[in-house]
Amino acid sequence: MATAAHLLTPEEASANPPPEAIVVRFAGDSGDGMQLTGGQFTLSTALAGNDLATFPDFPAEIRAPQGTLFGVSAFQINFGSASIETAGDQPDVLVAMNPAALQTNVGDLKPGGLIIADEGEFNDRNLAKARYDSNPLDGDGLAKWQLLRLNISQLTLDAVKPFGLGNKEALRCKNMWTLGLALWMFDRDREPIVDWLKAKFAKAPELAEANIAALNAGHAYGETAELGGQVGQLHVPAAPAEPGLYRTVTGAEAISLGLVAGTQLADLPMFFGGYPITPASAILHHLSRLKEYGVTTFQAEDEIAAIASALGASYAGQLGVTSSSGPGIALKGEAIGLAIMTELPLVIVNSQRGGPSTGLPTKTEQSDLYQAVYGRNGDAPMPVVAARSAADCFECAIEAVRIATQYMTPVMLLTDGYIANAAEPWKVPDVDSFTPFPVKFLADVPDGGFLPYARDEKLARPWVKPGTPGLLHRIGGIEKKAGTGNIDYSPANHQEMTELRRDKIAGVAVPDQQVELGEASGKLVVVGWGSTFGPIHQAVRRARRKGLDVAHVHIRHIWPMPRNLGDLLKGYEKILVPEMNTGQLKTVLRDQYLVDAQPLNKVSGQPFRIAEIEAAIESALG
Amino acid sequence: MNDMTPVAKSSPKDWETDQEVRWCPGCGDYAILKAVQRTMPDLGVKPENTVFVSGIGCSSRFPYYMETYGFHTIHGRACAVATGVKLANPDLDVWIITGDGDALSIGGNHTMHLLRRNLDCQLLLFNNEIYGLTKGQYSPTSRVGTRSPSTPFGSVDRPASPCAFALGSGARFIARGIDVHKSLPSVLKAAHAHKGASFVEIFQNCIVYNDDVFEPFTAKPNAAGNQLWVEHGKPMLFAGGAKGIALDRDRLALKVVDVVDGDTSEVLVHDQANRMIAHLLVEMPFGAFPMALGVIYDDPAPTFESAVVAQNRQIAEGKTPNLQKLLSQGQTWMVEKEPHVI
Repeated sequence: MATAAHLLTPEEASANPPPEAIVVRFAGDSGDGMQLTGGQFTLSTALAGNDLATFPDFPAEIRAPQGTLFGVSAFQINFGSASIETAGDQPDVLVAMNPAALQTNVGDLKPGGLIIADEGEFNDRNLAKARYDSNPLDGDGLAKWQLLRLNISQLTLDAVKPFGLGNKEALRCKNMWTLGLALWMFDRDREPIVDWLKAKFAKAPELAEANIAALNAGHAYGETAELGGQVGQLHVPAAPAEPGLYRTVTGAEAISLGLVAGTQLADLPMFFGGYPITPASAILHHLSRLKEYGVTTFQAEDEIAAIASALGASYAGQLGVTSSSGPGIALKGEAIGLAIMTELPLVIVNSQRGGPSTGLPTKTEQSDLYQAVYGRNGDAPMPVVAARSAADCFECAIEAVRIATQYMTPVMLLTDGYIANAAEPWKVPDVDSFTPFPVKFLADVPDGGFLPYARDEKLARPWVKPGTPGLLHRIGGIEKKAGTGNIDYSPANHQEMTELRRDKIAGVAVPDQQVELGEASGKLVVVGWGSTFGPIHQAVRRARRKGLDVAHVHIRHIWPMPRNLGDLLKGYEKILVPEMNTGQLKTVLRDQYLVDAQPLNKVSGQPFRIAEIEAAIESALG
Repeated sequence: MNDMTPVAKSSPKDWETDQEVRWCPGCGDYAILKAVQRTMPDLGVKPENTVFVSGIGCSSRFPYYMETYGFHTIHGRACAVATGVKLANPDLDVWIITGDGDALSIGGNHTMHLLRRNLDCQLLLFNNEIYGLTKGQYSPTSRVGTRSPSTPFGSVDRPASPCAFALGSGARFIARGIDVHKSLPSVLKAAHAHKGASFVEIFQNCIVYNDDVFEPFTAKPNAAGNQLWVEHGKPMLFAGGAKGIALDRDRLALKVVDVVDGDTSEVLVHDQANRMIAHLLVEMPFGAFPMALGVIYDDPAPTFESAVVAQNRQIAEGKTPNLQKLLSQGQTWMVEKEPHVI
């Protein structure tokens, strides 16, 4: 935590060149509607044509005790006129709705940055809860930042007075007042928010009007009040982007859409078995509204039933999909083994969160790589695909469906809490640009007779729908005889079947590994996977601008790995693997390729900062 | 079954696979397998539309011996797998084969939810009051005092009552049968005829680990006096008609009465749609009362899969799926100019 004693160093000052991007963090009590404020600001920013990335950071408690440090909910957005790949290292602007929000967030604010504080909430009670001995707005503890103190609570009450709301309800509008001010500061259009409020409160028009009044009042305040210092209107120009149609998308939305697209390309109906868990539930919510796309959703009694029903649906001829987060995936482990043994297609989405056990439900981590690749009893190989960003989830979901149906295997799709919740602009893809991979069910007895465990050239077995005459057969989790699928425990058969299962997955066709940035050989390669893409990419870009010989490789296919990956990595003198875990990909790379992969680890529940990776690059090359 | 095309009459043999049956000699499972294979030709169903789903345990080997589609799943999860099968293809005729450990211990949760949702299927619970496949540990239905490898001094916990559990979970069909009893096929037929989740507890003798545990009502000399075969619309008589079940109105409980000179006026007439009677029958303490057998409760209600299908259809009606449009939803914006290089 930065404190009043911290003075601005020349180094810190020069570390923040004039921005081509602005980072704003809204922080308040978890009941203050900060996620809503952030989400609407994101929308207006996207509509203004800025590239952006967001980072919602909220407590696990739905309504943590008011005013407390652990009840602070924050939403950060990074937007600008250049390509944005992270939510930003340090905010330029911090909106603090109470003392606790200031206490927990001000340390991250850039020196010289702007604090907007609702002084109406800085009363003795809230100050004590935030462990302030005195009001920080009054002392010189915040001297290295600009401070704009407004009694947002009172201003909001004044603005919504005509609507006759109770005090509590009226104060709920203060997030809209704040949003109005932020919209003015960054020259954003209010119209989309007004439309959204009207739709949201369609059944309570007085609440819609009150919120709109608060929004307009905040905006008008910015326009008319004489705000001190450098606070003023700032227009961030639109980011250059490929021509086309854009929208904002979260990882959970993109996965849902990708699963729908994937099942359409496979020409299959989808069955989604899910059980509520943070942060994976959003996928269940999205899919439950898409019935016209042949999607059946089933909220099961537990995680095991969620996957078991999905597997039953796959057996019956739909594509079974299930989704969870770390602890739920652990519960599904035995059923994943059954899917591997019965060689049925299945997609398992794991929105990773901090662990072990319940861990950090709302915080991000990428510590389930071992669980995905190795986490089952027996020799149980399974393809694993990892998405790098919210938008990337779309293609990764299609890829997972393709592998599952073409190879008759469960596939795990890894995302994390950061990707699932974060929104980013997405160029809407042309659905016709994807090659269909329609599933062909076996419907007739083939020449030479029917064998449920016959193999095609990919080593996949036939998929037969119950209901098909002439192809009656039984499957199960007991070791089965090669070809017939009848129960067979004999030593030679188990050896053969284990090797078949291994070879089938090892033979899954995955694209060759590309280098994201830099040369295909050299002094240093930074190897990442999943949501660390943004900070790694920016850090490598910055280091290369300084003339350093460093490249960025980002792995989507965690298992099996791209065929060329070993040779590619051996072309670099050093390998650095930043991960939000204690070194899981690093260990797999060492095991697979006998390379000296060096870890860079962070398990604080927060994404990497660009500067952290940049420093590690410099140190590796130093 | 929606497919109403007439099915060529099959024989029990047509429902047998070529697999060698591997239960212990004398196991009650053989008799149940035969009873099911004898019943299938009378149901007017096609083997290819029939799916047997099982969990883990001796009974769960069952699907391998049925010439139908079959899925031998994992311990306790047959109900969950079967739910996915039926939702994905409601035309399939789904049978679940499970045991007391599988359905009431490790899989108790799934059993409860399958019954409350009322998935159209037949759930046959082979109750032998013991864990057979793992070599004889006591089970959730074992009686207090059961000596087993894990309870060498006798079990101390009270057993679950499968039918009471099922009824409490919301089941709309409850029946009981005995592995070797000639009436088992008629119980199975009634279960199949019921649209919804049909819960059938079958008393099954484990000859190795719990032999003769049901002797007090299954042994020939005990049968007549201790088996109450209930039938809809008929008085509840047993002991060759010499005894009956009546309502003790003062205590709101059942009582055993003697039938004198054929006067059954006091004897309760079974109403299979009466949930209260079903509760009383499945809770009758054995010893003071006979064991209630046959179709104890049968009162159909809308099934889960039909409700799911109906809602899917209703919501999708009039909507044309258009993936490109779906992807372009929400607030969108166009970027028209060519990108410039930074």
